[in-house]
Amino acid sequence: MTLTKAELADLLFERVGLNKREAKDMVEGFFEEIRVALERGDCVKLSGFGNFQLRDKPQRPGRNPKTGEEIPITARRVVTFHASQKLKAAVEQLSDASKQPQ
Amino acid sequence: MTKSELIAQLAARFPQLIAKDADYAVKMILDAMTDALARGDRIEIRGFGSFALNYRPPRVGRNPKSGEKVHVPEKYVPHFKAGKELRERVDMAG
Repeated sequence: MTLTKAELADLLFERVGLNKREAKDMVEGFFEEIRVALERGDCVKLSGFGNFQLRDKPQRPGRNPKTGEEIPITARRVVTFHASQKLKAAVEQLSDASKQPQ
Repeated sequence: MTKSELIAQLAARFPQLIAKDADYAVKMILDAMTDALARGDRIEIRGFGSFALNYRPPRVGRNPKSGEKVHVPEKYVPHFKAGKELRERVDMAG
């Protein structure tokens, strides 16, 4: 099973009492506000879940794995996620074979 | 941006809702995401990214203070991969 926006919207409809339209827009808004903050260069700290941070990566040499040709990987800004202690603890106990992911 | 700022932004986006709804919705979304990962499920949010678990095999570690060997059991750690839209928007701004 995979959790998607559709399931999150259903949950807000059933448990928060938003109508279907509002539930869908709220889920979309939740992820959009995070994107907007990151796009602005702000990191996003969601206590109990984790932090989304930005890293500026310098240019580095790369290679086309097919042709072996050298091409530089341009400097870029990337998003990294650091899970909170609470989230880490919640998934760590997943070790019994019955619950293995995928 | 913190969780409370996110809630305030969403409350402003939905003036027809009471502020408490945005607060409850954010907590509900984060709880559902935590629960999904705790069950071993993946999370896929188109345009944002996906969360999955990475397996860490058991290993023998060392207590950095005493130098003593300690067994570290296998575990899973959460992993986030940014989606195309997020990747492009963040890089464009930088």
